[in-house]
Amino acid sequence: MVSETWLVLGAGSPIARAFAHAAAQAGHDVVLAGRDTQDLERTGADITVRTGARVRVEPFDAAALETHQGFVTACRDGAHGPLSVFIAFGLMPSQDAMDQDFSLARETMMVNYVGAVSVLAHLRPVLEAQGTGRIVALGSTAGERGRRKNYVYGSTKAGLHAYLQGLRAHLFAHGVRVVTVKPGFIDTGMTWSLGLRRTASPDALAAACLRWAYRGGEVHFFPWFWAPVMALVRILPESIAKRMRR
Amino acid sequence: MSIWRRMELEGWGHTHRVEAQVGRPEREREMVAALHGSTGGTITARGAGRSYGDAALNQGGFVVLTERLNRVLALDVETASVVCEAGVLFRDLIDLCMPHGLLPPVCPGTAYVSVGGAIANDIHGKNHDAVGSMGAHVRWLDLLLPSGKVQRVDRESDPELFASTCGGVGLTGIILRACLQLLRVPSAHVRVREQRISDLDGFIEALREARTSAAYSVGWLDGLARGSNLGRGILRTGAFIAEPVGLARPARRPQVPFDLPGWVLNPFSMRAFNAIYLRSAPRSPRTYLAPVDRYFFPLDAIGHWNRMYGKRGFYQFQCVLPDAEAPTGLRALLDAVSASGDGSFLNVLKTLGQGSGGYLAFPIPGFTLAIDIRRSRRADALMQTLAGITVHHGGRVYLAKDETLDPRSFATMYPGLDRFRDVIERVDPEHRMSSDQDRRLRIGRW
Repeated sequence: MVSETWLVLGAGSPIARAFAHAAAQAGHDVVLAGRDTQDLERTGADITVRTGARVRVEPFDAAALETHQGFVTACRDGAHGPLSVFIAFGLMPSQDAMDQDFSLARETMMVNYVGAVSVLAHLRPVLEAQGTGRIVALGSTAGERGRRKNYVYGSTKAGLHAYLQGLRAHLFAHGVRVVTVKPGFIDTGMTWSLGLRRTASPDALAAACLRWAYRGGEVHFFPWFWAPVMALVRILPESIAKRMRR
Repeated sequence: MSIWRRMELEGWGHTHRVEAQVGRPEREREMVAALHGSTGGTITARGAGRSYGDAALNQGGFVVLTERLNRVLALDVETASVVCEAGVLFRDLIDLCMPHGLLPPVCPGTAYVSVGGAIANDIHGKNHDAVGSMGAHVRWLDLLLPSGKVQRVDRESDPELFASTCGGVGLTGIILRACLQLLRVPSAHVRVREQRISDLDGFIEALREARTSAAYSVGWLDGLARGSNLGRGILRTGAFIAEPVGLARPARRPQVPFDLPGWVLNPFSMRAFNAIYLRSAPRSPRTYLAPVDRYFFPLDAIGHWNRMYGKRGFYQFQCVLPDAEAPTGLRALLDAVSASGDGSFLNVLKTLGQGSGGYLAFPIPGFTLAIDIRRSRRADALMQTLAGITVHHGGRVYLAKDETLDPRSFATMYPGLDRFRDVIERVDPEHRMSSDQDRRLRIGRW
């Protein structure tokens, strides 16, 4: 496998942290990008100590669109080998909180959708030019159908899903692979307070993401059983869905 | 999105469950936020959950898990030191350090303890006479004070806070990071000398001798033997071999899948086990080569071994008696355990050396005895008897294991308590930090 530089966006999240570890373990360089750079430096140190990989930290704010061009240039110039991208940033405030405070909803849309589209728009020419590389983006099962419980968040992920479909077709012609991964419940701070009995570990999801990045496929659910579950959720008639409380 | 989750926690001895609001921060910022967000209750940190009793429980309050703050921040092979977050497990640290010929100087009986927990309990190993306890190898630590401020604490900058935090069972604040001094070892294998011991006097004699002649020493006792057999067991001393023979491949370890029914471990089955186990060591001493893991972490041979004691769980009694009192004191303790019939097979006898200076640190020069006690109806009375004997002989009980001691005995055992409380008064005047153990023993608040 050719050694690449994996750009991990939203690297403060446990899934991204696990992915960065997995990529470093596989012999790639890693760029950790996010807002809490002090925290990312710690993750970077940990990865270097454990794997010996080259790790760099870049400040990145998905909502600060005007900074994205400079950010992408810095990442491209510092990269060893082709650049690949893992997108893991996102906000998930509760629907109730967003109902009461639209600025929260706006911020969620800005980060999850506009921010993702913006940074990908700047990355696209870089990937096109190198004629190789891959993009793995975390979608969500919440984007499969708008639900009472989290439809703002769900709609940002649904929008991102459609965008990635188009980007996939665009970059396919240039030899760049785009993979959408839709995780179910993963054991992170996002799901912690829900007190769920069964969640998948961030490490397992990260390993699957890295595998899919090189083996292909377009859209993956994780763990696998969410694929048939979501197939049912999608065909559920609206006349029934609207009566559901959750 | 709340950061808290209402859940039940238990100690490693799983004698009872308590409910608390539990948080699991994934970075330092979230840890600070959790501390500020724990309004209307006290808070304590919990690492790997290997304290046997109630040191890391906080009924009705808040508990923050450190397991996601588990990054190694620097490993300096030149100076043999490591900086890591509090949630890093010894298992991780050892796997990382061993290839560089480095090892934590203090290794407990299990590698599944966290660095934060090891400091907060000032843990000791099989080489305490030579290297002291955990606190002696902490160069500095970053402590999240109850006020929300982060302070770097070392022996020079704030000796009182340092002495209160090493062994302070989490009551001075939340340990975020620490810099540990490591030990250089020539190989990953220990030459073990195994020797069957016929009685208590013989054991004390052999352990005394091992203090100067062996780098590591640990004794297994048949806690159910009586009369002239009282105190019989196996002494295992060890030293690293000088030439590396290749790293040992980690073995897949069996697990106890669920709580065994209570009757499995009964006086008869345990007596039989002990008698057979004793004979696994030949009458005349022998030596063999063991990988680090097998010698240092016998408890890790079987995962979830605490489930063997069934639903009711077990107590572990561990005390240290000063050298002069050891022969009579140990006899009295073993007599009491043996007479009760509630002892079991995990009984350890070791020597300890000079203490680390921690105000609530456990080690004093003498003999330390650890005994698992099946939680039968008589177990509480037995624990009281054992604590009484310990006080009588000028000894003390190890807080990492304790959940039955009373405040008066505790205060008698730990003369550094007043100085500890002075520090608590300074760093935590509002008593934000607390645990079930703290309230039971009135450690920080009296």
